[in-house]
Amino acid sequence: MSYVLVFAPLIGFLLTICFGKLLGDRISQILTSSLVLASTLISFFYFFKFISNDTAIINDQIINWLSSGKLSFDWSIYIDPLTSLMLVIITSISFLVHIYSIEYMSHDKSKPRFMAYLSFFTFAMIMLVTADNFVQLFFGWEGVGLASYLLIGFWYHKNSANKAAIKAFIVNRIGDFGLAIGIFIIYKYLGTLNYEEVFNGLITLNDKTISILGIEGSIISFIAFFLFIGAMGKSAQIFLHTWLPDAMEGPTPVSALIHAATMVTAGVFLVVKCSPIFENSIFVLNLILVIGASTALFAATIALVQNDIKKVIAYSTCSQLGYMFVATGLGAYHIAMFHLFTHAFFKALLFLGAGSVIHSMKDEQDMRRMGGLWNKIPITYVFMIVGTLAITGFPFLSGFFSKDAIIEATYYSQSKFGGYAMVVCILTALLTSMYSWRLIIRTFHGNFNNINLDLKDVKDSGLIIILPLLLLSIGAVSSGFAFKELLIGIDFIKFWDNSIYFKENFELKHPPFWFLLLTPMFATFAIPLSFYVFLKNKKIIDDIKARHQPLYNFLINKWYFDEIYDFIFVRPIKNIGDKFWKIGDIFIIDGFGPNGFAKIAKIISIKAVKFQSGFLYHYAFVMLIFLSIFLTLIII
Amino acid sequence: MNNIEFIYPELFLIISLLILLILGVYKSNSYNFIKKITTICFLLCIPIVYLNNIGDFNIFNNSYSVDSLSNYLKILILLSTVFSLMFTNDYIKIQKLDKFEYPILILSAVIGMFLMVSSNDLIGLYLGIELQSLSLYVLASIDRGSEKSTEAGVKYFVLGALSSGLFLYGCSLLYGFSGSTNYYEISEVFKQDTSIPILFGIIFIIIGLAFKISAVPFHMWSPDVYQGSPTSVTSFFALAPKIAGLGAIIRILYICFGEIYEEWKSIIIFISVASMLLGAFAAIGQTNLKRLMAYSSISHIGYVLAALTVGNRDGVISAISYLNIYIIMMISSFACILFFKRKNVYFENIYDLSGLSKNHPLISFCFATTLFSLAGIPPLAGFFAKFYVFKSVVEANMIYLAIIGLIASVISAFYYLRIVKIMYFDPENEKFDEGSNIGIRFSILFSSIIIIFYFLNPSSILYYVEMATKFLN
Repeated sequence: MSYVLVFAPLIGFLLTICFGKLLGDRISQILTSSLVLASTLISFFYFFKFISNDTAIINDQIINWLSSGKLSFDWSIYIDPLTSLMLVIITSISFLVHIYSIEYMSHDKSKPRFMAYLSFFTFAMIMLVTADNFVQLFFGWEGVGLASYLLIGFWYHKNSANKAAIKAFIVNRIGDFGLAIGIFIIYKYLGTLNYEEVFNGLITLNDKTISILGIEGSIISFIAFFLFIGAMGKSAQIFLHTWLPDAMEGPTPVSALIHAATMVTAGVFLVVKCSPIFENSIFVLNLILVIGASTALFAATIALVQNDIKKVIAYSTCSQLGYMFVATGLGAYHIAMFHLFTHAFFKALLFLGAGSVIHSMKDEQDMRRMGGLWNKIPITYVFMIVGTLAITGFPFLSGFFSKDAIIEATYYSQSKFGGYAMVVCILTALLTSMYSWRLIIRTFHGNFNNINLDLKDVKDSGLIIILPLLLLSIGAVSSGFAFKELLIGIDFIKFWDNSIYFKENFELKHPPFWFLLLTPMFATFAIPLSFYVFLKNKKIIDDIKARHQPLYNFLINKWYFDEIYDFIFVRPIKNIGDKFWKIGDIFIIDGFGPNGFAKIAKIISIKAVKFQSGFLYHYAFVMLIFLSIFLTLIII
Repeated sequence: MNNIEFIYPELFLIISLLILLILGVYKSNSYNFIKKITTICFLLCIPIVYLNNIGDFNIFNNSYSVDSLSNYLKILILLSTVFSLMFTNDYIKIQKLDKFEYPILILSAVIGMFLMVSSNDLIGLYLGIELQSLSLYVLASIDRGSEKSTEAGVKYFVLGALSSGLFLYGCSLLYGFSGSTNYYEISEVFKQDTSIPILFGIIFIIIGLAFKISAVPFHMWSPDVYQGSPTSVTSFFALAPKIAGLGAIIRILYICFGEIYEEWKSIIIFISVASMLLGAFAAIGQTNLKRLMAYSSISHIGYVLAALTVGNRDGVISAISYLNIYIIMMISSFACILFFKRKNVYFENIYDLSGLSKNHPLISFCFATTLFSLAGIPPLAGFFAKFYVFKSVVEANMIYLAIIGLIASVISAFYYLRIVKIMYFDPENEKFDEGSNIGIRFSILFSSIIIIFYFLNPSSILYYVEMATKFLN
């Protein structure tokens, strides 16, 4: 059964990519969707088995992938509670996105290709989470990167889409490089890449130090650090986040699946999976805490001023991923996973809802050209409201349970940076509310501002788009309440079992009541506040904008990250590349190499041809000259 | 006369020659008849040589060797001559070269070659060379009406005479110092005496022989003669005389000069490197197919000589294997060249082949395959030939020679591939005549099959060559 889970999406991908034209659009869509549905059902089956505690960890070896000397690893299917949770998220969101895409992409010419890529992504992501060793993880890691690249650049006729795809690929490369180095160090010092053997072998590395580039540190810290670099790249944490907003160039279903619910959470998954490593490095845990908290705050501030509906949600994703890293940094891995779980639902809901809006608005993404849509597309409106309530942590929706659990964890943290994280998290919760409601208000309320489109033409999307939204909103509303006890309750260890490692027993103490009320209060208070400042009395906003023009510019330009990177990295590298190309390659290598040789050959050839004068006495002369030369040689 | 049974093949050819000459004189318009009989004689001679291969013998006071190597080369000479008679049939008739002397001259040249590959004595070798060369001089200028053909004949003759003179001078030096013309006796002398004058003799002899196989820098005659002579004669030049010349060189270098390998090694290396490079460079500038083939064969001779510089049996094996494959590729090339005629006019310029693939897909495929093989591209036969040579050169720690060879073959790939490009990618030209004779078709088919499928059993030729060179150990 586990084979079907893994290979169904792969078969869907292969069939549609090879025979897409032959099968036709409709059959390709049905084929891929139903194969992913099969995976989804099996994932749920495993998940519920783990919930009821009647199965052991599944570890099926597909083949021995490579065996060379001491190095040996399998291609296998490894399912433990952590993986089963990831599988449920991946396959169910993927299935809903497959369905959603049928209508969303109905005007596109290459539907089979799109469905194939989605299936390929699903396969690669399943590879990533079912790995039992680092190499297979890396394979899946690169596979999802490739799928992401292909899907961002799906509309390859758009220049901006190509640029965004390349940017995503290159920025991810930095992270992947870190991950690769981490894996190399693991192999060098432990001689194995199998998770279990690595985690068991860690004890031998205690107190051992190495020095890299003159920096002395414990091996485990270095491993953890480099793995975290990989996680930062995939999960778009600050400094390596620049690709995620640009990735919104891809079709909206892609954004929902890859850039919100699944792939970007691979970094969090990696950290949780490798918790035995991270638990042994206080330094890296603190680093994760700081990076996560900073990302949460920084992304939220940018989301506050963006005008593109998808970019707001993209930065919101960035910010929520920050929350998850805060939780891992505190050692509360199960809470991180819980937030990952709930976030997948409400963020996919928001993205697909936004997609529905965009679809209704005939591919308009700028919120400044929307407004007043709520009674034109009421169903979408309702779902967006649900998603927004969930993300802002409105009491008893999913975000409320998971996000508040993280904030509570910060309160009792022993970490040096716990206080910083706590303040940032609470502040970010407020900001989250603000930008989320701003999105709703700008899109659905106020006056209709689009001059290209008549308000009468704006209609709600069809049933195929609405259905996934409905299912997701059920998840967004109930997943927190339903799984709270199981995943982060008092007896949480019962479900997680050995799949997460806690160095010291994790106890979630409840902070004082006033602290518990703080975030929900902010979240609720932000609703009328947003309505007031964004709708009723826009003057206030305009005033603030006018008074703090530099700050506003700073935010709308995304903290100038792209510009700084452009200045520090892109342009110098481009210049160096230019020099290498023009001087190194064209002038030196080509000039003295192929072209130079070709030129020399031509000159010699002309000389050699001229040498053949046709005169008999020349010929005889040459013969005699060489006779004398040979005689001389012999004498010498 | 008690060794007479060992030279039946030579006797057979000589008697045939005499009878055919008389027949030719008495019978008018006898070209067709004589040519057929000559071909049959050659074909009959093959089993005679084969049956004669019963061991390695030195006869007539050690002045004549009948051994497996000479027999192998003789069969090769006979086969290539048969092919060159076969595919030149049309050409000879159309160009009105159908004089009965033509096949008879070839016959006498072949007898000369037999002497060259077998003789174990400087006098015998010289006689063989002269018998061969005199026939070839006449053949080169057989198209008396053509200025070019006459020019080619004269050039070949004058320079050939010069080289014969040098060769003879070398012989007399060796005789003066050793008191003998026999290889074995001379090599005995080399064991004690390697003074400068005796080495001079070697140089003169090597130069004389290098001229015969048109190795650089004694190659100057060959492009002019190849181009000027009728194509039928050119194709013959490119085949049998090379085998005979190399046979003679192998015998004299390895048996007579075997003791002073270190002395001639550097000379042969020089000649080999110069041949490979000049053959490659000069061919780039050629647009005449025959001239191009002249440089191509110069280059290939360079590779054979490179193998000979190794100085042991491995070198000889790879040299003869190379020669063998070279012969097959040349048969294919010249058979193709003789196909290119329109309304009985032959075309020799490479640009005449423009767009050949559209009109004659099969011929252009075969020609392209041959050219790829000449360039040494795997998996065709030409690749294996070069591979054997480079292998034995590298094993003898002369990597630089292999590198030069590789560079030369890269350069030469250019002009081979240029022809392929012209055939396949340039605009179409007028069609060539269909219905060329069976000889051309058979030759192209036969050689192409060997070139393409050689890789299936590459050890076959090696096996025979190894058998042939057993006695060299």
